[in-house]
Amino acid sequence: MASTSPRARMRALSSGRALFGRLPLTGKIGVLILLFWAITVVSVQFWPLVDPLMMAGRRLQPPSGAHWLGTDALGRDVFSRTLHGAAYTIPVAVMVVVFAVVIGSALGAIAGYFGGWFDAVIMRTADVTLSFPPILLAMTVAAALGPGLPNAGLAMIIVWWPIYARLMRAQVLEVRTREHVEAAIAGGAGRGRVLVVHILPLCWTPTLINATMDFGQVALLAASLSFIGLGAVPPSPEWGSMISEGASKFYSWWIAFGPGMAILSVVLATSFLGDGLRDIFDRRGPQ
Amino acid sequence: MSLHNLTPPVLDVRNLSKVFPIGSNLLGTKPAQMLQAVSDVSFRVAQGETFGLVGESGCGKSTLGRCILRLIDPTQGEVLLAGTDITHLNAAEMRPLRQDLQIVFQDPMSSLHPGMTIRRILAEGLRLLKLDAQTEAARIAELISLVQLPADVADRYPHELSGGQRQRIGIARAISVNPKVIVLDEPVSALDVSIQAGLLNLLRSLQERLNIAYVFIAHDLSVVRYVSDRIGVMYLGRIVETGRASDLFDNPRHPYTQALLSAIPLADPRAERKRARTVLEGDLPSPLNPPSGCSFRTRCPRARPLCAAERPLLEDTAHAVACHFPDPAGTEATARATPSTLQTGEGA
Repeated sequence: MASTSPRARMRALSSGRALFGRLPLTGKIGVLILLFWAITVVSVQFWPLVDPLMMAGRRLQPPSGAHWLGTDALGRDVFSRTLHGAAYTIPVAVMVVVFAVVIGSALGAIAGYFGGWFDAVIMRTADVTLSFPPILLAMTVAAALGPGLPNAGLAMIIVWWPIYARLMRAQVLEVRTREHVEAAIAGGAGRGRVLVVHILPLCWTPTLINATMDFGQVALLAASLSFIGLGAVPPSPEWGSMISEGASKFYSWWIAFGPGMAILSVVLATSFLGDGLRDIFDRRGPQ
Repeated sequence: MSLHNLTPPVLDVRNLSKVFPIGSNLLGTKPAQMLQAVSDVSFRVAQGETFGLVGESGCGKSTLGRCILRLIDPTQGEVLLAGTDITHLNAAEMRPLRQDLQIVFQDPMSSLHPGMTIRRILAEGLRLLKLDAQTEAARIAELISLVQLPADVADRYPHELSGGQRQRIGIARAISVNPKVIVLDEPVSALDVSIQAGLLNLLRSLQERLNIAYVFIAHDLSVVRYVSDRIGVMYLGRIVETGRASDLFDNPRHPYTQALLSAIPLADPRAERKRARTVLEGDLPSPLNPPSGCSFRTRCPRARPLCAAERPLLEDTAHAVACHFPDPAGTEATARATPSTLQTGEGA
C-alpha cells in the first residue's frame, strides 16, 4: 500500500536513484539512451566531429574508418550529421510535449472541474482535433504556416494538446468526487483552492507516463514533417530531412541508416521508460 | 425542561427535498427521469444533542447529510443553522458559516488527502479560523490529543495510519473549527467492530466536552441506539417514524421500524426464540418510481387500500409516525408528547 500512495510516488520521484533502481531493465536502458541523447544535445558542438554542413570527403562513400556512417550525396559526414541532428529534433520534441501537457492539462482540468458549457466547448474542440489523422492535421497546419521547425512545433502542439486535455479531464472527474474534496469544501476552501490543492496533485501520474511515451512519438512526427519538407529546412541535419535525402539514393543505404537508427532509439527508449514508469506508478488493482 | 424548550434548535431542517435528474432526452433539454432521493424531511436538533438517522442503503440518508452541509444543493426546503437560513446563501456567504457545520465521512481513507501529512490536513481545515502559525501548531497538537492519538501522527501520511486512527483524524478535522453541528455520515461502519466502540465513546466524550450537536447517520441500529438521544427512521427518502431513542426502541409504532428492530439479534437465546420476527418481503422500491400513497405499502404486512390511495403524513408529536395504521404510542410517550417541542436527553 505504501509504495503506491501518491505521496510515496512523490518521494520516489524526488530521489531519482531509488526510482531508477525500481525500473525494469528495459526502462533502465531507456533512461540511458535518453541520457545519451540529452548529453549529445547540449554538448555536440564541442565534440571532435567534422562540420556537419561541410563537404568532408567524396560523395556517397560507404561507411569507413574516416566516415563511420559514410557520406551523403553532397559528401557530408553522416555520423556527424546524425549526432548534430539530435540538437534539432529533441529540443523540438521537448517543447512540443511540454506545451501540449501544460495547455492540454490546464484546459482539461478546467473542463472537468467546472463542467457546463466550458466543458462542452473545450471537449468538442478536442474531439474535432482528434478526429483528424495527426500527420494530416500537422501537415495542414505546417503547410499553412510555412516550412521551418518552429512552425512544425506549433503544428504538433495543436495536434497533441487534446490527448492531455482528455487525460486530465478524466482524472479530475474521478478525483473531484472523492470525500476528501467534499471535506475541503466543508472546510471552507474556495473553488480555485479545491482544484489546485485538493484535486490536481492527485491527477499527474497518467499525464507523466503518457508524456514520456509521447516524447518519442513527437520526435517521430517532427522527423516525418521534415521528411515531407515541412519541418527543418535544408541544409540543417534534421533526422527526418536526412532520411528524406537518403530515400532517393536507395543503394546508399547508410545515408538513411544513421538518422533512422537515431529516431528508432529515441522512440524505443521513451516507450521503454514510459512502460517502466507505468509499472511503478500506475499499478491498478487492490492496494 | 421548559426553559430548554425555549432555546432555538441549533439545526432546523424544514421540508427538505432533493431530486436528482437522471439522464436526458436527445436534445439534453429535459431530464428523462427524476430520482426523488429525499422527500419532505423535517427535524430539529438541539445543542449538544444527537439525532440519529437510520435506514437501509439507498434511502437518502447520505444525500440528506450532504444537503444539510450544502455539499449538494437541496431542491426544496430550508436548513436553518442556529436560526440562519443557509439554503439560499452563495458560496462566499456560506464560507464563514462552515465553521459551525462540519462533516465526518464514512470512508476514512478517501476522506483524507493522500498527499498531505496529518498536520497539513488539519491545517487546511483550520484555514477558516485564520490562526497565526504558532497558534495553529498548538491547536493541531491539541486536536490530536483530543482524539487520543500519539503526537507523532502529525507528520505522518494517511496511508501510514490504521482505519480507526484515520477516522479519528477525520473527527479531529471536524471539531477543529469548534462547530455547533457535525454530520456524521456512517462514521464507524467502515471500521472493525472492535474499533467501533472506542470511536463511539470518543464521539460521546467530545460531545459532552464541546457541546456539539450530532446528526448521526447509520444503518446499524445498535450503534444508533447507543449514541442517539432522538432517532429518525428513514424509508425511501422520508422520515417514517421519529422520537426519543428509548421510546422508539421500546415501543416502535411504524411497521417498518418494527421490522428493523426485529432484525437485531438478541443476546438472550430464550428471548430470541420467543419473539415474533417480522421479515420484510421484496426489495426497497426504486426511488425513480416510488409507490403511490405510502411508500412502504409494497412491503407492509398491514397494507390496505387506503395506503395506496393516500400518503400518511408524519404526525407532529414527540413520538411521531407516518402511517395510517400505526401501533398506539406508549402511555409514557403520549404523556410527554408536546407538539413541536424538542425532547432532549436527561443531560439537558
